[in-house]
Amino acid sequence: MNERTAVRMENITKRFGPVVANSKVSMNIHYGEILSILGENGSGKTTLMNMLAGIYYPDEGDIYVNGEAVTIASPHDAYELGIGMIHQHYKLVDVFTAAENIILGLKGESGTYNLSEVNKKVKEICDRYGFEIDPAQKVYEMSVSQKQTLEIVKVLYRGANILILDEPTAVLTPQETSKLFSILRAMRADGKAVVLITHKLNEVLELSDRVTILRKGEYIETIPTPVANEQILTEAMVGEKVTLDIDRPLPENPVKRLSVRHLTVFSDENIKALDDISFDAYGGEILGIAGISGCGQKELLEAIAGLQKIEEGGSIEYYSKDGQTRQLVGVSPREIRNLGVHLSFVPEDRLGMGLVASMGMVENMMLKDYDKGRSPFLDRTQSIKLADEVKAELDIATPSIETPVRKLSGGNVQKVLVGREIAAEPAILMSAYAVRGLDISKSYTIYNLMTEQKKKGVAVIYVGEDLDVLLALADRILVLCNGHENGILDARTAKKEEIGIRMTNLQKEAEA
Amino acid sequence: MTLTSFIAWIAAAITFGTIIMYGSVGEILTEKAGNLNLGVPGIMYLGAIASLAGAFFYENGNPDAVPWISALIAIVCALIASFLGGLLYSFLTVTLRANQNVTGLTLTIFGSGVANFFGGSLVKLSGGVGQISVSAASSAVRSTIPFLSTALGRVSEILFSYGFMAYLAIIIAVCAHYFLNRTHVGLNLRAVGENPATADAAGINVTKYKYTATCIGAMIEGLGGMYYVMDYVKGTWDTGGGLEALGWLAVALVIFTSWKPRNAIWGAYLFGFCYWVYLYIPSSIFAKLASMLGATNTTYMQNLYQMIPYLVTIIVLILVSKRKRRENQNPASLGVSYFREER
Repeated sequence: MNERTAVRMENITKRFGPVVANSKVSMNIHYGEILSILGENGSGKTTLMNMLAGIYYPDEGDIYVNGEAVTIASPHDAYELGIGMIHQHYKLVDVFTAAENIILGLKGESGTYNLSEVNKKVKEICDRYGFEIDPAQKVYEMSVSQKQTLEIVKVLYRGANILILDEPTAVLTPQETSKLFSILRAMRADGKAVVLITHKLNEVLELSDRVTILRKGEYIETIPTPVANEQILTEAMVGEKVTLDIDRPLPENPVKRLSVRHLTVFSDENIKALDDISFDAYGGEILGIAGISGCGQKELLEAIAGLQKIEEGGSIEYYSKDGQTRQLVGVSPREIRNLGVHLSFVPEDRLGMGLVASMGMVENMMLKDYDKGRSPFLDRTQSIKLADEVKAELDIATPSIETPVRKLSGGNVQKVLVGREIAAEPAILMSAYAVRGLDISKSYTIYNLMTEQKKKGVAVIYVGEDLDVLLALADRILVLCNGHENGILDARTAKKEEIGIRMTNLQKEAEA
Repeated sequence: MTLTSFIAWIAAAITFGTIIMYGSVGEILTEKAGNLNLGVPGIMYLGAIASLAGAFFYENGNPDAVPWISALIAIVCALIASFLGGLLYSFLTVTLRANQNVTGLTLTIFGSGVANFFGGSLVKLSGGVGQISVSAASSAVRSTIPFLSTALGRVSEILFSYGFMAYLAIIIAVCAHYFLNRTHVGLNLRAVGENPATADAAGINVTKYKYTATCIGAMIEGLGGMYYVMDYVKGTWDTGGGLEALGWLAVALVIFTSWKPRNAIWGAYLFGFCYWVYLYIPSSIFAKLASMLGATNTTYMQNLYQMIPYLVTIIVLILVSKRKRRENQNPASLGVSYFREER
């Protein structure tokens, strides 16, 4: 293997106000290798790499590229040095075509640009590494994986030799992931330095040559992958022993709580978001929902919660604890909630739906109970009590229950969101992306919360992104493929690959 | 309606449209950088008063005033004043990250206040209402192309009976279209307005682009103010607030064009055409409509007619939002300040 050093970072420190994101980090990146940077959320991996990409500027420390001390003050400087970063949130302009995005920010020889020449060069790059991309396609028409491909091509077009990918697989299906990995290997073979920021251990072990581990902004160690295993990595990452098993008891006398039949929903763009979905959910079990993001998961949960208009012929029957059957179609969201059907949806920005960022826990608790007051004035005592309970029960780290929730860390925000729904003792708990952006130990807290609810006899519907977790947590898995129901599998026997295939390919005959 | 009055209608529409074309092409450039500058009326006012003042001090008591020099002084003064207006707006919104809507509206109030204050002073200096006149500059601005303006009969009347500023507006709009769609800098500018974080990551200096686009946009808007003073009101000062109404029409036109300078050319003339409907519509129809609506006073009817451009804008907005073509929407980051290290 080529051991030429591409980047050397020495004693890098970065602070955001009083928060230290990176503290005296030193590390090396070599050409011709894939280096993983592993760490929990908030461990400063992305911040560290953003300093290489010119997004942030280090407060202290030195960076050497190809042996020379450099100052990277802007992304432009980074490009000049051959450093390209593919961010977790893609930096693409939606209304531009692929080609326009690729040449964005470049200075042509003349002031104007020639798209056919760009297309030619793009094709060269694609052929070399095995990408498929249509330069004339608009970004807003692309799938997530196409956007990612475009990001990589963009960076290569600029002649980058050092590629940094921030959580590249977070939104990909298993098939797309393995395709990405073979592309990354092709780049390594081509002598490029590839840096992979991740918190997924299996990826680290599968792909990389070395692993650099960060914890709470500090450099811990660098391990050659061949001598690493999941346990070693987790301990280095978390700093203590963690059990990676999810407790999954068999469902105890499941009772049918929800029966969905022929559910069809149109999205805002008038496209069928859900097409003829039918399934049952039982109390005491976790029904996992798998699918590529944006395949109708959100619409499904919202339809049950009464937030979507349901097309003629659809039926959602709810069997309450006292043995009554209620049709939920056409019932107001508030009434559905009062029946005990609760939704906690964690959107991509975590705060967008469900919580008001600038309010404290107390006010956020109040949001769902505002109609219970009897006087025109707020009665805060109940909400304060509830907030205190949730805080204690879920061990939420906040200076005070009055602190605006936007000041809490991601994990704590999500606990508030889920905790509020759990506190209402639901009969059906729907949760989407509850661990979005959380690190391992916090994720397990949430998984355990879900399992606890299941043990209490709640019907849990859990939309997840990580298939490994879904397979370990859920009892049954409903696979959505482009708004179609593509089979309900037993999570105890199903294979990850099978779910992956079902997420992308509709299989009509497999229904039985 | 006679053909003559129809041609007069077109001519009035083009003169009127030219003013708002300047305003809206300038604003399109500004908005493409993600800056929603609602100070267009104010900036046009600044350009207007600066050009009038510049030409006035050159011509006042100078019997040998050369028309084209006076016009040039007016243009330069308008450019400088509106540039400063744009710079002020950029400083507040880009550097200090003030709220764009508030800043823009304040700039409008500021611009019209300053302009009307000094406009009043100029009127006083020149001896009273109706006395102020910068005839040399105005005549230079209004002078038509020799030969072409008469040689072709009716065609000349429709196409070539305007001063050079009317054609300059079209040239600027065409250039802006070419600039935005064909050049690297234009592509970068559009990216800044759509997604500044992306532009930043691509190595584009977002702050520089926002400043430059806003200031150049403001200068183009300022030319609109200058044209208003020198051609539309023929070198006098109008204290009736007419320019402010035109400034808001320019903002509406930006939406109407779906942020495309190319569309601003015909859109501006269409707005002008609509605006003057009440003057040129056959009086029989006018009277019938008035009686239908129970309007006894014709100024009420006039006001109703002058709403038409806004009405058209609303209809276009509805149509565009129905079609939902992403390309016809406003720049995605319009009105949002950008701060790189925001977490």
